[in-house]
Amino acid sequence: MNPEFLLSAIIFVPTIGALLLALLFDSKNSEAMRLFAMATTLVTFGLTLMLWGHFEEGTSGIQFEVAKQWIPTWNVYYRLGVDGISLPLVLLTGLISALAMGASWSITRHVKGYLVLFLMLESGMMGVFLSLDFFLFYVFWEVMLLPMYFLIGVWGGPRKEYAALKFFLYTLAGSVLMLVAMLMFYFNAPEPGGRFNLIYLADAASKGGLLSPSLQITAFVMLFIGFAIKLPAFPVHTWLPDAHVEAPTPISMILAGVLLKMGGYGIIRIAFPLCPYGAQYWAWTMVAIGVISIIYGAFAALAQTDFKRLVAYSSVSHMGYVLLGLAVWKVNEANGESIGMDYWQMGLNGAMFQMIAHGISSAGMFFMVGVIYDRVHHRDLNRFGGLMGKMPLYSGLSAGLFFAGLGLPGLCGFIGEVFVVLSTWNFSSVLAIVAASGVILTAGYILWAMQRVYLGAEYRGPHPEDLTPMSMRETSIAVTLLALAIVFGIFPAILFNIMEPSITSMSKAAESGYQQSAAQVIQLQAQR
Amino acid sequence: MLFTDLINSLITDTTQSIPRFGVELCLSATIVLMLLMRLSGLDRLIPACLTATVGALVATFLAYKQFDALHAKDAVVTTHIFTGLLVHDSFTVFFRGFLALFLLLTVALTSLTGIPDEEDSPDFYSLLFGATIGMMLMASANNLLMLFIGVEMTSVPSYAMVGFLKGRKVSSEAALKYVVYGAGAAGVMLYGISLIGGVLGTTDMSMLSQRLAEAAAGGSGGLNDPEVRTVALGIMLVMVGLAFKLSLVPFHFWCPDAFEGAAAEVAGFLSVASKAGAFGLLVRFCLALSGAKGTESLMISFGLGLGFIACITTTFGNLAAYTQTNLKRLLAYSTIAHAGYMVMAVAALLVLKNSPQAATLTENINQSIEGLLYYLVVYLFMNLGAFAVIAIARNYTFSEEIDSFKGLISQSPTLCIVMLICMFSLVGMPPFGGFIGKLFIFASAFKAGQEVHGFMYVVVAFGALNTVFSLVYYIRVLRTMFLEARPADARPVPVRLASWESAFVVTLAVFVLLLGILPHMMSQTANDAAQAIAQLPTP
Repeated sequence: MNPEFLLSAIIFVPTIGALLLALLFDSKNSEAMRLFAMATTLVTFGLTLMLWGHFEEGTSGIQFEVAKQWIPTWNVYYRLGVDGISLPLVLLTGLISALAMGASWSITRHVKGYLVLFLMLESGMMGVFLSLDFFLFYVFWEVMLLPMYFLIGVWGGPRKEYAALKFFLYTLAGSVLMLVAMLMFYFNAPEPGGRFNLIYLADAASKGGLLSPSLQITAFVMLFIGFAIKLPAFPVHTWLPDAHVEAPTPISMILAGVLLKMGGYGIIRIAFPLCPYGAQYWAWTMVAIGVISIIYGAFAALAQTDFKRLVAYSSVSHMGYVLLGLAVWKVNEANGESIGMDYWQMGLNGAMFQMIAHGISSAGMFFMVGVIYDRVHHRDLNRFGGLMGKMPLYSGLSAGLFFAGLGLPGLCGFIGEVFVVLSTWNFSSVLAIVAASGVILTAGYILWAMQRVYLGAEYRGPHPEDLTPMSMRETSIAVTLLALAIVFGIFPAILFNIMEPSITSMSKAAESGYQQSAAQVIQLQAQR
Repeated sequence: MLFTDLINSLITDTTQSIPRFGVELCLSATIVLMLLMRLSGLDRLIPACLTATVGALVATFLAYKQFDALHAKDAVVTTHIFTGLLVHDSFTVFFRGFLALFLLLTVALTSLTGIPDEEDSPDFYSLLFGATIGMMLMASANNLLMLFIGVEMTSVPSYAMVGFLKGRKVSSEAALKYVVYGAGAAGVMLYGISLIGGVLGTTDMSMLSQRLAEAAAGGSGGLNDPEVRTVALGIMLVMVGLAFKLSLVPFHFWCPDAFEGAAAEVAGFLSVASKAGAFGLLVRFCLALSGAKGTESLMISFGLGLGFIACITTTFGNLAAYTQTNLKRLLAYSTIAHAGYMVMAVAALLVLKNSPQAATLTENINQSIEGLLYYLVVYLFMNLGAFAVIAIARNYTFSEEIDSFKGLISQSPTLCIVMLICMFSLVGMPPFGGFIGKLFIFASAFKAGQEVHGFMYVVVAFGALNTVFSLVYYIRVLRTMFLEARPADARPVPVRLASWESAFVVTLAVFVLLLGILPHMMSQTANDAAQAIAQLPTP
């Protein structure tokens, strides 16, 4: 299959699957529908693997670019493509969607609606990572909200409506800001033909020809708030614990595994390249927010008694590393040169790696919580204990995935955190120490949780008779995730080889964009 | 000039004008036909709704033909008809087509839902058609007198339609409120027209800007100049009349009551069509007064004032909708909010058109009108869709309260999904048409902020903020429909997918979706219409 077509296929195979599901299947035959949806997600994942096969590692540019005119009067294009930044996330989306669909057998109400919305959600997510046109990106970004609202709102827990609305409102508020920023780029692009073309805009920005420095500062704030909500960073993270706790298990997996990554992806794909001066201007703020998120998330996780809420707050903490790694860009303001460019690139690589690692480990953790919740129907950490004796395989696999989340060396969580913390040292040693101490807190809440759930003499909570061993389906999902956590922990180069060239070129472009804008600022000051 | 010459020139003018007035004549003929058929008892054989459908269909077709004919020529064609009382250009024809199509859809909806009953239908359709002709006149007015006649011709049948559900107290009360308010607004507007006409010595809208420039010449061009001051007062008073039709704050009080009292079909018709006509008129009126030398800064202030009113209107409409329990009333407030969004485009138009660099901004001026027209087209489908769902469900549940829609998804998934599409489009979410419309309008307001006056940024900010505000109450309706359980004692709403009702609402929803995914077809047409009106030479 030619790679250009492959990109569109990855986005629209789930949509077509959803349509077929809606039209052809009898809503009583839920097993057939589940199998069909499973097959659709597997085919999509297969397509993403094919894309990886075609992908040429070691080059930095966009590959397989597709550009078709969509709205000519407004210069909107249907423009797709992948590079080293988006490819790992596309693979992750394909994988997590397939695994989450595997976890969806626990959904028994309105199965047809659930599966249709699930597949639409997957299309939206793929579209976000593959589109290179700002307008198209925005459309996919919003398209995701609709299915997500209903997936949480219909199939969620007791406070589902509140959680779903909160999620929707937060994200919509962020995306409205993004919309205004989009207009700023649109009306300031030097060439009308490239007004929504993210690659062209990034190129113009690196030559200092897109936004004036003061506009970049404003535009960056708007974009950043939009993406920070999704990330989520302190203080706009409050939707996340609610949404995670109320969402059904597979949707929690998707939320933690994929949706949060869109925040980080947006920052690295749009906010940094399009407003390099703004990014540098706000670097300290972002680093501070990142560190606060790490520490705050970890402390909040320590305080939880709800197992799922604990994992949710651990996401806030872990995504703080992503923001921290992205933001540690230090420049010498006198001459505009970066100080320790290598460290920033290391931080970017670490942040990207952390996104993938967190996608695997947190999806795994949510899945493990879901498995036990399906059996005993509660998540109170203080009423667990002794699971190791009753469900040894489950407990062993859980321990592996929780250790991956903790950042144990040899597992995927370690690489990202270490890279980020090391690169932070260059930016500010104090903050690096604070960020590193977050690891201790992480170890604290994860080990404590494991102690309360898996260790102990015996299980004293409700429904002890339901503690049955994991089914084949559940085991294979957990094993897949744990295996990947180990593989990425031992061979991080698999990902770094894909990411590094693109990240290096992005950071260089941002640096030159900053220098151009800084020169403009100096000129303006001289004129005054 | 000899008397015979005068007569001859009148005859030539009229004979040339009549073909260009075909759509309105067709509608008038349908009215007469319906009333005659009732007299002769023929309406027992051929129901009036059928006659009305055919009439509306022919009118739509004629409008389409006219548009095609104008489209075929490369240059912008503007013809003044009926001795310059009306103007015939792409903009006029755009509105004619729009209104005729909407009329057709409304007739289809009313014949599906059975409001009015057979006995009353000739009366009802006559009123409906009469109002539509009035709206067409509004969109093609080229004279301040036609402006007034258009507004009145729309309003008077509307009053009657609001009170059409005879014997219902709410309905009569709503109609009375509407009449009193409408009469007051019309009086104020007439006074404004007399001021403008008196000072400038003409009521011909194509001459207003030239006369205004002459009046301003020699003076400061601002409010210190007594002539300009009087005209400005006149403009404000006319704006009051239009603001009443558009239900802008603070002239919106009639709207929620009238919508709650009227049948959902009538409310749907009024919310879209009478606004569309008023917007056509507002654009013409604003452009007629734009570009006069010396008064640019005054006109920019008018634009900014409109922007301010737009901000207040949208915010008020959205916030007031929060506490509503009646779905029609909720949509009435949503209508107010949407009028606010659309006025933002007119504000941007005024600001851009009167800026010193207007000559270089022609593309953006076109785009602001294009945005407005696009929004109107999307609004037609999404708002009518929402009202149609209400009307269809009402026929089963006899209620328009939000609570009567609880858990409807389990009984009529089609209606619910159509409602979902319409409501998310009303919020302005892609991939639905409402998003594109909103984006166009925000973009032109943003451009006005970038080029002319920073206040327009505030307008954009209000628009963006309101998008978030509005989500809460739209989603409250959807939550009731989708997430709650249908109470056991609720009346069933068994609307199947294979029924005329479903076919009707699904068609509307498909258009909402198409306008979001393939905006180009419509936006080009809207742009052509915009060019026809924005390119008029200014003195």
